[in-house]
Amino acid sequence: MSDPVVFDRIRQDIKDNDVVLYMKGTPVFPQCGFSAAVVQVLSHVGVKFKGVNVLTDPEVREGIKAFANWPTIPQLYVKGEFVGGCDIVREMFETGELQSLLKDKGVQVTAAAAQ
Amino acid sequence: MPMDAGEIERLIRESIPDATVSIEDLRGDGDHYAAHVTSAQFAGKTRVQQHQMVYRALKGRMGGELHALALQTSTPA
Repeated sequence: MSDPVVFDRIRQDIKDNDVVLYMKGTPVFPQCGFSAAVVQVLSHVGVKFKGVNVLTDPEVREGIKAFANWPTIPQLYVKGEFVGGCDIVREMFETGELQSLLKDKGVQVTAAAAQ
Repeated sequence: MPMDAGEIERLIRESIPDATVSIEDLRGDGDHYAAHVTSAQFAGKTRVQQHQMVYRALKGRMGGELHALALQTSTPA
């Protein structure tokens, strides 16, 4: 069973953008509490990211779950790698692991958040 | 058809027999739970892998019947 076509689109997106958040809604108007929580974490950390609104892209909405073998949205990707959903991203933020992951991967964070 | 906490615990322990599971019903609607799962089988696994083990135990209900499960996993102290 070859990969669904949508996997190519996903691979391209996570290759072209350092940080990608597959979410419900947009960064400015998240339409789900969990997606909003991750958007908040990313703005606290001060990292630029691409938001992909799965509500307007049903193919990606299902494709991303199969791609990461992860049943829910939101999903965060850094440098092409799946980091986790809301629980994991929040936990990593609280322990500082998210900040060090971004640093290790050479992802730019705004100076204000980098103290 | 929402799920009840007992069923979630049963499913998790069926696949992860040594797991201790504490579940909190966040909204009383059978759809929004928080669960803390502790198991020695998580040792050496990333958080993503640990959570995937729990989702596999729930046999496809995660994201469907079970809309939200705030999950925390850890290995025994």
